[in-house]
Amino acid sequence: MALLEVRHLRKSFGALNASDDLSLSVEPGEAHALIGPNGAGKSTLISQLSGTLEPDAGEIRFAGQDLLKVPAAKRAHLGLARSFQVTSLFPEFTALENVALAIQALQGHSFSFLRSVKSDRSLHEPALEVLQTVGLASEAHRQAQTLAHGQQRQLEIAIALALNPKLLLLDEPMAGMGAEGSRTVVDLLQRLKGAVTMLLIEHDMDAVFAVADRVSVLVYGSVIATGTPDEIRQNPEVQTAYLGEHELHVEG
Amino acid sequence: MISVHHEGKVGLVILLLLLFLPQVTAAFDQAYLVSTATRILIYAIAALSLNLILGYGGLVSFGHSAYLGVGAYVVGILGFHEFEGSTFLGVPGTLNAWVTFPLAVLISALFAFLIGALCLRTRGIYFIMITLAFAQMIFYLFVSLEQYGGDDGLMMMSRNVFSGLDLEDGETYYLLTLIVLGACAWLFRRIVDSRFGRVLQGGKQNELRLTTIGIAPYPYKLAGFVIAGAGAGLAGALLANHMEFVSPDFMHWTRSGDLLIMVILGGIGTWTGPILGTTLFLLLEEFLPVLFHELGWSLLSEHWRIVFGPTLILIVLFARGGLHALLFHEEE
Repeated sequence: MALLEVRHLRKSFGALNASDDLSLSVEPGEAHALIGPNGAGKSTLISQLSGTLEPDAGEIRFAGQDLLKVPAAKRAHLGLARSFQVTSLFPEFTALENVALAIQALQGHSFSFLRSVKSDRSLHEPALEVLQTVGLASEAHRQAQTLAHGQQRQLEIAIALALNPKLLLLDEPMAGMGAEGSRTVVDLLQRLKGAVTMLLIEHDMDAVFAVADRVSVLVYGSVIATGTPDEIRQNPEVQTAYLGEHELHVEG
Repeated sequence: MISVHHEGKVGLVILLLLLFLPQVTAAFDQAYLVSTATRILIYAIAALSLNLILGYGGLVSFGHSAYLGVGAYVVGILGFHEFEGSTFLGVPGTLNAWVTFPLAVLISALFAFLIGALCLRTRGIYFIMITLAFAQMIFYLFVSLEQYGGDDGLMMMSRNVFSGLDLEDGETYYLLTLIVLGACAWLFRRIVDSRFGRVLQGGKQNELRLTTIGIAPYPYKLAGFVIAGAGAGLAGALLANHMEFVSPDFMHWTRSGDLLIMVILGGIGTWTGPILGTTLFLLLEEFLPVLFHELGWSLLSEHWRIVFGPTLILIVLFARGGLHALLFHEEE
């Protein structure tokens, strides 16, 4: 059974159908990439999956549950974690505190008023491990807002990863990164692959083809094709709808 | 400048030194200053409690003096019925501080819970306005209570009785207030450093991210609002006893504004900043007119606020991070 099953999803903003009979499934263990030109409805889909936007119609099932009945804050507890396209951190906290807060969230309620978190090893030890995984351990005690852009992107993934998710939703993890930074993230995603199921939304085609087991192509709010990277590259419909256009525009 | 790591030690030393303030003022024949100091300590407790939600939670509550007023009226009304020998909804009055203080804290917390539960559904400017609106409602509620003096307020015949302590004695009352402030400063620090405190601060910095990592901010903001209201209620109970008088003026909206200024002046979202801000604010308020009078500037002595206002504005503008930033520096 698929881990994530999106069926006939619809969401419109006025005359714009951002999700137009969108169907998609992500199998356990796979790295699934979702590509599509600007305005194809990628961010709208992510928002509906993470619960910040409610669909007009359709169905989203996650790990056998009806996800639409689950409020946004509960979805992380089901094992659905996301990263943001525009870096969304706790800027005044250190890198370690950012990740520790995610681990705290995972451990249950936070109605503990008198015990200091500073000496709480059950938070900081696993948080440091996650920072090591993404290659940020050396920056653990720096304030998030003072980190370089690339490091903030790594922290963005670390927070999602700390939630020990069944499905990691990555919303353009390479956004705004240089060639070197992108390589760091691609390396990281290749290491995570297999250990955690991923739905990767990304513009960078090299990154997508380097990481993904399967690729779905989103155009005008619906998925027009799903297949292996090779199948997608050779799909004539995809070439006209997206890849050709993409090469013409030289993505910016 | 001192490292923030030593803030606790510096605070404790100052607290211990302040234990001897009554002796020092007596030696200089200025014993009335103990009463001024008591008032500062009481408002510092209210400012500390406001700072929890304002500084750490990012919640600009423009009605904080309402909870202070409710705490004060609990003490005042219980004292009134004790004196009259009557009851309030079947409950007899009392002057026993072991009853009045916890009740003041609880009832302020209850008001904060009911009002916070509604206000926290809004954000930003709407939150500021709705907290102000509720505070004004409470203000007019007490103005309308003719039995308790209406807008003239309510005189207390005596201070509360705290087993063994003579609270009528100004020096004893000062020391009690100082210890309560010390305990509150310690407690609020613990709360800020707890799991709850992290969530509160996380909500201020990025509410969307907090939600997506699985923490719904609302219950935590409400808990913070209730704790802050309880703290203000405690300050109110102390203030009622200090003045032996309660009045709707305690909860006038300008009083809420004063509390906001005290926190901002001292350093919003810092540990001891609210105490520093309250001290400077109330010292200026008390001694600016006296100073101008001594200098013979009678016009300014009467209209001292013309100097008071711009002074506050200049400090806030030029000492970013408030008085706290002038004393303490952050370390990487």
